[in-house]
Amino acid sequence: MKKFTAIVYARTMEFLRDKGTFYWNLLFPIVLVVGFSFAFNGNNDTIFKIGVIGESTLGEEAFLNLPSIEQISYDSDKQLPLEKIRRHQIDMLIDFNDGTYYLNNESNSSGLLRIVGEKDLAGFQEKELSGSPIRYVDWLVPGVIGMNMLFSCMFGVGFVIVRYRKNGVLKRMKATPVSPIVFISAQMVSRFIIVILTSILVFTGTNLFLHFMVHGSYLLLVLVTSLSIVCMISFGLIFAARLKSEELTSGLMNLVTFPMIIFSGVFFSLEGTPRLMQQASKFFPLTHFIEASRAIMIDGAGIVQILPNILVLSGMTLVFLITASVLFKWE
Amino acid sequence: MNTIMRIENLKKSYGNVKAVNGISFSIPEGSCFGLLGPNGAGKTTTIEMMEGILSPTSGKVYFRGKKIDNHFKKKVGIQFQSTALPEFITVKETLEMFRSFYPKPRTLDEIIEICSLTDIIDRDNRKLSGGQRQRMLLGLAIIPHPEMVFLDEPTTGLDPQARRNFWNLIDRIKAENTTVLLTTHYMEEAEILCDQIAIMDHGKLLELDTPAKLLTTHFNGVIVRIPHSGLLDFNFENSAVIGDFLEITTNNLDRTMKELLEAKVNLEGLIIKKPNLDDLFLKLTGASLRS
Repeated sequence: MKKFTAIVYARTMEFLRDKGTFYWNLLFPIVLVVGFSFAFNGNNDTIFKIGVIGESTLGEEAFLNLPSIEQISYDSDKQLPLEKIRRHQIDMLIDFNDGTYYLNNESNSSGLLRIVGEKDLAGFQEKELSGSPIRYVDWLVPGVIGMNMLFSCMFGVGFVIVRYRKNGVLKRMKATPVSPIVFISAQMVSRFIIVILTSILVFTGTNLFLHFMVHGSYLLLVLVTSLSIVCMISFGLIFAARLKSEELTSGLMNLVTFPMIIFSGVFFSLEGTPRLMQQASKFFPLTHFIEASRAIMIDGAGIVQILPNILVLSGMTLVFLITASVLFKWE
Repeated sequence: MNTIMRIENLKKSYGNVKAVNGISFSIPEGSCFGLLGPNGAGKTTTIEMMEGILSPTSGKVYFRGKKIDNHFKKKVGIQFQSTALPEFITVKETLEMFRSFYPKPRTLDEIIEICSLTDIIDRDNRKLSGGQRQRMLLGLAIIPHPEMVFLDEPTTGLDPQARRNFWNLIDRIKAENTTVLLTTHYMEEAEILCDQIAIMDHGKLLELDTPAKLLTTHFNGVIVRIPHSGLLDFNFENSAVIGDFLEITTNNLDRTMKELLEAKVNLEGLIIKKPNLDDLFLKLTGASLRS
């Protein structure tokens, strides 16, 4: 245990005192979140989005066919479009099957649409919903934190161990009575502490002025984050098991992290992408972290709803750790 | 004297290259054993097989009569030829980390005192000079009160002052009856520090004895060195061309000088010297130790 804490301490100090890396880990995600929140702050309300269920009984001249209105068709299950109204993702839902239309009384567009549609929708029953909007930034923040975690876990453990192997630190360790398990797990714990603290810091820091939507439990959010960090570190260890060249490691890590970032839904939703891509994304730990944390934050999901993500992350961690330990060599 | 370490017919091949090709020797407890050879002779491969870092292709390594096991690492101290230290942490923190690895480590004060680390103890590992770094690495090697230390070219690249300081440290360790295995490029170092010397080249052991015995066995008399320009036509007994000089080994200096005078050789630049290990090395390997 003494050996273990000594290595954790040394590695953590190494990180904290390497000011460049330290600030990069902290500032990069903050800059990204804040930057995106400004970039996508523009109102998309110039065009109204109206959800439609069933065949339209309105004439050609009806307001629905105005050029500034986009129609989106939904099937008869109202749950999804109603949730979209609550989140301000669509402005109105008209159900022609039962002659009802829905508006969100917290949305600026409601009053206007009520007036515009008054004539055409005479005889329809109006129902009011309420709910505050999901901004892009609410949706983005788990993605950016996840991406930062992925980089920090992969490069902070995997890459560093390859560097240790190349420059002889590992060889020096091999000459002491320290076992590889103790050494590697100490590296993992050090990085875990660093990544969880950075993630919390980034979240609370940006939350101060962006006020994210968190409907679920913070504790569950921390649990999912912790599990994902362990999973990502374990993934990085596979690269660290044998490789000797820093260049090759960095290349391979970029080769796998970039597709993960693009296809895990960090910046855009995977809804509407090809099925194959959606299925492939299920193999990435990042996807499960993002899915679970968005579900907790935006939909207020509990442990039951995100259990599939938790199980997959745990399974992946186990597979990664076993693979890495089978492959590992000091030199 | 008891044998602390023994190797038997040790071999290490990398593909077709035989880095170490069947060497055997034993090291008496409490002695300083020097392993000498030119670059690429197989010194580091040999010492690393003895340390348990490399596994031999064939042959055996015994420590106190037993094959080396897990406890071996707690009993020996190792200083590699080149070791990177964790960055951004201080000498003190590094020593503390390594101290935690051993069951009964030396105290920090003791290590600082033996290796003269007082003035650099709070310095970042990255900011150590060559000599300071070697002192620090030696500090790491002696943490477990080792029964034996392995030092792989500890003074290579150090200035003469730093090298002499390092010799004093090795003397201190020897005074504790710690066995020392040392590889070096410097003959002077081997002559001063080592009780026994093994000279190896091309993965094979060429000679093994005390420095004094090696010299008396191989050299009978003194060496006469003359710039060889214009001398090549002459055929002297026991002579060899080394660089720009002709070296004649003789046990009858009077006769050799007469022969040279009779041959009307220009004696400008002539040197007469007692052979040392450098000369022996040249004779055995045909290469300078430092080349």
